[in-house]
Amino acid sequence: MSVILVFLLVIVGFAGWWLSHQRLMAKPWLEQGVIGDIIGPEGSTLPTAKIGLGVFLAVVGCLFALFTSAYLMRMALSDWQALPLPRVLWFNTGVLVLSSIALQCASVAARRGQIDTVRLGLVTAGLTALAFLVGQLVAWRELTADGYLLTANPANSFFYLITGMHGLHILGGLVALSRTTAGAWNGAPPERLRLSVELCAMYWHFLLFVWLAIFALLAGWAATFIEICRQLLT
Amino acid sequence: MVDITPADAVPPAEVAEMELYHPHSWWTKYVFSQDAKVIAIQYSATATAIGLVALVLSWLMRLQLGFPGTFDFISPEAYYQFITMHGMIMVIYLLTALFLGGFGNYLIPLMVGARDMVFPYVNMLSYWIYLLAVLVLASSFFAPGGPTGAGWTLYPPQAIMTGTPGGQDWGIILMLVSLILFIIGFTMGGLNYVVTVLQARTRGMTLMRLPLTVWGIFTATVMALLAFPALFVACVMMLFDRALGTSFFMPAIVEMGEQLQHGGGSPILFQHLFWFFGHPEVYIVALPAFGIVSDLISTHARKNIFGYRMMVWAIVGIGALSFVVWAHHMYVSGMHPYFGFFFATTTLIIAVPTAIKVYNWVLTLWRGDIHLTVPMLFALAFIVTFVNGGLTGLFLGNVVVDVPLSDTMFVVAHFHMVMGVAPILVIFGAIYHWYPKVTGRMLNEAMGQFHFWVTFLGAYLIFFPMHYIGLMGVPRRYHELTATTVMTESAHDLNAFISIMAFIVGFAQIVFLFNLIWSIRHGREAGGNPWRATTLEWQTPETPPAHGNFGKELPIVYRWAYDYSVPGAKEDFIPQNMPGSFESSREPA
Repeated sequence: MSVILVFLLVIVGFAGWWLSHQRLMAKPWLEQGVIGDIIGPEGSTLPTAKIGLGVFLAVVGCLFALFTSAYLMRMALSDWQALPLPRVLWFNTGVLVLSSIALQCASVAARRGQIDTVRLGLVTAGLTALAFLVGQLVAWRELTADGYLLTANPANSFFYLITGMHGLHILGGLVALSRTTAGAWNGAPPERLRLSVELCAMYWHFLLFVWLAIFALLAGWAATFIEICRQLLT
Repeated sequence: MVDITPADAVPPAEVAEMELYHPHSWWTKYVFSQDAKVIAIQYSATATAIGLVALVLSWLMRLQLGFPGTFDFISPEAYYQFITMHGMIMVIYLLTALFLGGFGNYLIPLMVGARDMVFPYVNMLSYWIYLLAVLVLASSFFAPGGPTGAGWTLYPPQAIMTGTPGGQDWGIILMLVSLILFIIGFTMGGLNYVVTVLQARTRGMTLMRLPLTVWGIFTATVMALLAFPALFVACVMMLFDRALGTSFFMPAIVEMGEQLQHGGGSPILFQHLFWFFGHPEVYIVALPAFGIVSDLISTHARKNIFGYRMMVWAIVGIGALSFVVWAHHMYVSGMHPYFGFFFATTTLIIAVPTAIKVYNWVLTLWRGDIHLTVPMLFALAFIVTFVNGGLTGLFLGNVVVDVPLSDTMFVVAHFHMVMGVAPILVIFGAIYHWYPKVTGRMLNEAMGQFHFWVTFLGAYLIFFPMHYIGLMGVPRRYHELTATTVMTESAHDLNAFISIMAFIVGFAQIVFLFNLIWSIRHGREAGGNPWRATTLEWQTPETPPAHGNFGKELPIVYRWAYDYSVPGAKEDFIPQNMPGSFESSREPA
């Protein structure tokens, strides 16, 4: 459970940092009710939707940290046989990076009001993300064709489970992205469009980060890394 | 992210008004409503309905335990199904849903001075997915093989094997799917509760001016958002094991002389995941209760809450600590002694902030102008019950004491006291307290008193004897105990007594339900602020609050939520939105 605890530690650190800026030492019972007492702004200046997405991403991060924890604990048991990762995963990784870059460009363009670049970025991101999903399916097919079936070994089960879960999140993101794209064509108000593009970009970067982490995990590098950490500590 | 502005800075512009969704038809107003208040009532009604099912299940279990061998229809399989469904429904579908979905939805926007939740559409989806989860769960009663009988902890491998009711039928699958749906639905709602507290507070409502109810619900929601994924992961992996034949949790097993296709999995892994959710869950239920009780006590004792800052810090501290105590549920799983030592230590440390809260409640009562209204009675009963349940928690938190007691009725008595009876008492108190705001009418006082005394005394008559039979060694989870050394005649008599009390207490709840319905039409008119309370929900222009909560202008908050009996003030309470300073002789605490 060490991975999830480290993850939570990060969350706790962030929450502690935020709380420390919230005047927790205030003595509200001494504050007399005069207008000068009004302290603001009550919320953050960031758009509410961004904060909502941030909280959601923390939950998603928690989910994948827990999968990672379970993976590492199950891996320590004797029947584990690592499976060879299909080559196509490297290609998929590249495609997903492209997708993220495209959305970043769209986000920058939205800030500058270049609607054509926004459209181009959104479509590129959508297509590359779709290509990523297709690539993941190709990887699954290769593995099943080579006899690495879901139930044959826990390593296989985890591979399908975690990649599948990540794919589902990408799919959910694609729904939001397609709505944003439709908005970019149907003349959504620029402020609104900019916000939705930024939200998509945020989600995409996060899922890219998650993908890189689970790629490292599935390839076995993460386990080596953690082993080194453990040896350093003991 | 958040900048601090010095207190003397120029007040910034008015918090941006949110766009409210205005319903156009009866359907979007009352059924597919995006108004948090309607969603709150939908959540509460659904949770109460499924909770009644769980109440009946507990009666059936008590029939079997109190009068073994009398009722043929309660087979061992049926008994396990009752246990499982009773536990799961009460913990998740009733308590979590009612505290966060019900009270959270109703109170957060009103108490922080917002028009509605920040993502009303998602909030609506949250309820409908919750309803779907409840329906899926309830449908397992009618599925072939009946609901799962795996125990509410659903431990593998037994949860998905032939010998367990529902293990190889639909029961366990429906249970897992229902939990997964619940978690998805809850996440949608939880995002709303958290972000609304973060972003939609009205002018002047700093974090340290929030009523403790909001602090409790807010912290519990943050915890739930981080803890429920663990249950989600456990459920998904178990679903794979059951439906697709993987071996995440399933070791190699010979069943009925046949080698199953599973092999090598780790049931302990499931326990870790389950309790990583399961222990925070205790506090997900307890923290809103803590918060609500603080407000009830302060309001009905006409006195400011003692040690507000400490109360806030304790809530946050308990929330953080509760993530590092999960393995105390697994002392009997054969863990490394140092591991057990660590978790016993953290478990006992969590008693410190909890005790601070109890002291502060008691000190709030000290020399207060205590009005023994029904909500106050329930709040006082909560303190007593929580202390009782907490003390047995100190027993069970220690490895050497827990190991012999772990499989006895003592544990059942402990957790029912601390997370069954105690939070339910708060729920009742809160309903008596806020019902006038929701409906505009008071609940009937006589029925309320009757409900309180029967529930409070009855719960003690149920669960105190249960401690004793647990200490005698009567094991839990058993369908029937016949001629064994631990089941002496007196233990049998006690069991029968407990069962009779359980029926009496259960029937008292029907009086409560009747009161809820009867008072909608026949209750005394409450007016806008019957308890003369300070918090914003009592200051709405209309009662019940209209769509948008606060009429034209959002309230501006000038003070904390606990200005009761301020010397020099005209009345013994000063609403949070009342400007002006009152000469006070209050000493800095």
